[in-house]
Amino acid sequence: MSNILEVRGLEASYGDLTVLRGIDFDIADGGVTTLLGANGAGKTTTLRAICGMIRRKGEITFEGKRIDRMSTENIVRLGVAQVPEGRGTFTTLTVEENLQLGAMTRPNDKSIHEDIEKSFHFFPRLKERRTQQAGTLSGGEQQMLAIARALMLRPKLMLLDEPSFGLAPLITKQIFEILADVKREAGVSMLIVEQNASLALGIADHAYLIETGSIVMSGEAKAIREDESVRASYLGY
Amino acid sequence: MATSEENMTGGPAIPRAAAASAKKSGSSLGTIVLAVLVIGAVILPFASKNFFIFQMTQVMVYAIAILGLNLLTGINGQFSLGHGAFYAVGAYTAAILMEMQGVPYGWTIPIAGVLCFVAGFLFGLPALRLEGVYLALATFALAVATPQLLKLSPFEHWTGGVQGIVIIKPDAPFGLDAVLNPDQWLYFFTLVIGLFLYWLARNIVGSRTGRALMAIRDNPIAARSMGVNTAVYKATAFGISAMFTGVAGCLGAIVIQFVAPDSFTFALSVALLVGLVIGGVGWLPGALLGALFIVFIPNVAEDISKGLAGAFYGFFLIAVIYLAPQGAGGLIRSGLARVKRML
Amino acid sequence: MDLFIQQVVSGFATGGIYACMALSVVMIYQAIHHLNFAQGEMAMFSTYIAWQLLAWGLPYWAVFPLVIAISFVGGFAVERIVFKPIENAPVLSHIVIFIALFAIFNSFAGFIWDFTIKAVPSPFGDGPLYPGAPIGTHQAGMIGVTMVVLVMLWAFFRFTRMGLAMRAAAANPDSARLVGVKVSMMTALGWGMASAIGAVAGVLIAPVVFLEPNMMLSILLYGFAGAVLGGLTSPAGAVLGGFLVGIIENLAGTYIPVIGGELKLPIALFLIVAVLLIKPAGLLGRRTVQRV
Repeated sequence: MSNILEVRGLEASYGDLTVLRGIDFDIADGGVTTLLGANGAGKTTTLRAICGMIRRKGEITFEGKRIDRMSTENIVRLGVAQVPEGRGTFTTLTVEENLQLGAMTRPNDKSIHEDIEKSFHFFPRLKERRTQQAGTLSGGEQQMLAIARALMLRPKLMLLDEPSFGLAPLITKQIFEILADVKREAGVSMLIVEQNASLALGIADHAYLIETGSIVMSGEAKAIREDESVRASYLGY
Repeated sequence: MATSEENMTGGPAIPRAAAASAKKSGSSLGTIVLAVLVIGAVILPFASKNFFIFQMTQVMVYAIAILGLNLLTGINGQFSLGHGAFYAVGAYTAAILMEMQGVPYGWTIPIAGVLCFVAGFLFGLPALRLEGVYLALATFALAVATPQLLKLSPFEHWTGGVQGIVIIKPDAPFGLDAVLNPDQWLYFFTLVIGLFLYWLARNIVGSRTGRALMAIRDNPIAARSMGVNTAVYKATAFGISAMFTGVAGCLGAIVIQFVAPDSFTFALSVALLVGLVIGGVGWLPGALLGALFIVFIPNVAEDISKGLAGAFYGFFLIAVIYLAPQGAGGLIRSGLARVKRML
Repeated sequence: MDLFIQQVVSGFATGGIYACMALSVVMIYQAIHHLNFAQGEMAMFSTYIAWQLLAWGLPYWAVFPLVIAISFVGGFAVERIVFKPIENAPVLSHIVIFIALFAIFNSFAGFIWDFTIKAVPSPFGDGPLYPGAPIGTHQAGMIGVTMVVLVMLWAFFRFTRMGLAMRAAAANPDSARLVGVKVSMMTALGWGMASAIGAVAGVLIAPVVFLEPNMMLSILLYGFAGAVLGGLTSPAGAVLGGFLVGIIENLAGTYIPVIGGELKLPIALFLIVAVLLIKPAGLLGRRTVQRV
């Protein structure tokens, strides 16, 4: 299987504080990759660096094309959708407007409307709230909206930052089920950043472990899940 | 004041240790510079013409006003486009007390200070709830409305309406009038008050209150959770700031010998803000540099081309924001740091 | 009672001026979450350009769109040249730049066209709307134009993708980038539009107040008052607020003896502070509802 995204020697820092110290990883085309690690290990920074939201050094290749010097908007236009930390909801706009924005880079035609209906099929809760201000949604609903908005791009690669963050276990489970559906039905490649390792390893094909800005381990998700010593020393469950 | 590197122009916070050492060497150097300046300032009125003495007195007056604004903006992170209003309150206090009540001019200064503190505190109370743009808006409105507030008819009996009030220039007391002409006397009078206020400002910055104000500037939520009553402190900061500017207004009125509503337009508030930015936000001595700029540069600009003083101001401001967002203070500090590195 | 009604109607007429200005204030607020203190001066400068073009003999209805276009490009350019380099600077830097622009436009207008008062003709004539009407044809025309601009803006933001993208860029720039919106372009467009609306305001106001470099300072203050009263997030609120400010100003001038006919700026100050304290979102502004 070929790789949709290849990252080599990625470095990033906030001011004097170095967060990523030259990391390498690949995301397989059509697969789900997960990046695990504790708080502050550099997971969110990795996603922000891929999308050009912070200054970064190193090589990032998306579908054979270097994107490490491109602006966020242009990277998005290539088909990279991010579901950011804190969900990035446009709180003052309606749910439907949020979804329309997801399709901003696509030509304006009927298919957008069809995709909105499709999102409502995936997330019936959003349909009930389509004309509400998105800021009034619950945390779980906002997470659903963020995923639906990212799907509106018809992305080739989706980057998800802690989709379980701050959500009740039941809602989290629901969201991961939907992500599994998306993977199966739409064939979107995904990179999921998570603290909840057992959930992420359940859906992923391949996993990387990041610790204070460096990749310390990588392997088949299945193998990592079953490795007692990794579990005890890194994942803590 | 070495810690002002991390002021609201958003520069990265410098490490504590570096700040502390900079403070140490900076303050001994600062003492020398201050001593040289004071000696120069004492000699100056005996070596120049009356008009220049008058101009330098004005520089000191504006420096005090800018010092007040700097306390608000640099230390507490609030800003004001309306400090011309407090300057006006101070000026009118002097004029009304001296010319209508016969109060000796020396007494008008503490009275103006107290009045402006109260006015600033009261304006600051609602202003608390206003942050960023809203505060700018409220103070902008205050600045634009000031001349008309001064013209309102119920106050006309006191303010003299559009005509304003003429003040008689005081002579030097204690037989000093044999040595000093009134211009020289006012110059020294202003100098002494200015030095006192500078000392006061430095002490405020170093005090518990000062640290609380800076904590509020840097992280309002954390400050609140540590038990700092942000509301009272912010209003107090506004009051203190207004007090300085009001005392400047009071001195300004005595020096210029005249107050009228149209001396206190939006342009005055703008000039004070310009002085603050040029001198360097958060760096107290910058007030003097800022004041020199606003007193002398418009004249130079007018000489180059009539009517273009405003444009000159504007371009200069933009250049400062682009090239030296920390103002003259920032330039001097980075220059010193470079010299130190070379040694 | 007659006096009251007459004052309300004529307040409504001056309110048209403020409504126009408030609308352009809200436009820029939508784009950059800032109040542009140089907005009035930019509008004044646009008006001078219109006056100049008229003086060169161009017909009014050619000058009007031309000035709007020039102002749009001008506002766009000011953003690109002056603001873009410091877009991430703190609020104080932005305010200083506004003040700088204020000084520059004011000073250049005086330098180029001198400080004498100039008359700008009205396209609507200067008689009363009907014999004995308290409102002139120009005022009526001005109110009409303001309404048309408002409806056009509303439609633009509500129904076009570009409008939606601009709203998104203003609401949450980071997220807007993540859906591919070119945020900094949206900001520049916002400046252009605000400047164009300011030009409309300036050209319509000039026949009433006469053209001179300082004509806009107090009008801008009323415009701010109108925008705040109506709600900074709401173009319709801004127009409503503008009219209300006009009416309140007139009634206060008539019934509060202290204020009199001339000295009405303190009312704007009072209104701004009062609204910000009592109802910061304004009458029609949207309160941001947010759940964490």
